[in-house]
Amino acid sequence: MGDIEFWANLGMLLVAGYFATDIWRLAGVFAAAKVDENGEIFRWVRAVSTALVAALVARIIFFPIGALADVEPLVRFSAVIVGTGIFLKFGRSIAYGIIAGEIILLVGHFYLTGL
Amino acid sequence: MWASTSPAAVVLIFSFFGFGAFARESGISLFDTVFISFFVWALPGQVVLVSEIASGATMTAAALAVTLTAVRLLPLAVTLLPILREPHTPKWKQYLLTHFMAITVWVESMRKLPGMPRDERIPYYSGFCAVLFVTNMFVAAIGHSLAGILSAKLAAGLLFLTPLYFVLSLISVSNDWSNRLALLFGFILGPIFFIYFRGYELLLSGLIGGTLAYFAGRRFEQK
Repeated sequence: MGDIEFWANLGMLLVAGYFATDIWRLAGVFAAAKVDENGEIFRWVRAVSTALVAALVARIIFFPIGALADVEPLVRFSAVIVGTGIFLKFGRSIAYGIIAGEIILLVGHFYLTGL
Repeated sequence: MWASTSPAAVVLIFSFFGFGAFARESGISLFDTVFISFFVWALPGQVVLVSEIASGATMTAAALAVTLTAVRLLPLAVTLLPILREPHTPKWKQYLLTHFMAITVWVESMRKLPGMPRDERIPYYSGFCAVLFVTNMFVAAIGHSLAGILSAKLAAGLLFLTPLYFVLSLISVSNDWSNRLALLFGFILGPIFFIYFRGYELLLSGLIGGTLAYFAGRRFEQK
């Protein structure tokens, strides 16, 4: 990788990663005394960010890349549904939900494609 | 030892492992994977950034998508700092403290800090963050390295950790109608927009799904 390419890449990561993220942490520092957490603008922004992350999750599950793309769609969907079900059933325990979802994914994947 | 007291920290470590593997699958170098983890330190944003780079998005599009996922850090900071800071903690130090705050750290801090004497809170928080942060830099690197060595089937399990963790943590923090609906709308719109407006699916799903959810949620709650 050339020098210019190296620094351009780091610049891209700093702008699109670090600045894009920490501007909100910094804003939080200044807003800590002032922002109304129950205000309408705040609620709208939060809904937008929730929908965005949900869209990201759906994209990864419906159109995965890499090794996950080799897993049958039915196995992927079942794993999400079972994981979420166990999570809700056991007092919203993220750990249990993840373990259950992973078990379904791996067992289903190995069962359908062999070891 | 500290990890056994905090299931959330264990989940975060596994998720960073998954992130490392995901970055590798997306064609991101080991150095960039750790660099992103260090400077962003918020998994949703990291995954969005990696996806945007992998799909060839422009810097502007990537920054916009990442910044939208990071908006959620503002309310976390606003609720954490009044509990964490001391009366004369300078702003730059408060900012440094919030760089290490992400959802997991926030949840643990809100659970533990209020019961502690105020002058012990920043030291406790700093220690917790330092261990979690340094550990996860290594974990991301290990995940990146092992993604190629592990069998493809186990790698699939790792890649699956991140979306699963997001679904569950999103549900666990979505306690009102607008957020629940935003979750649902985003989940439906994401794949549709991916097919028809590839490259803009996250922004569009966020803005359209989130706005619809916000108004629908308000109507529900007024009834």
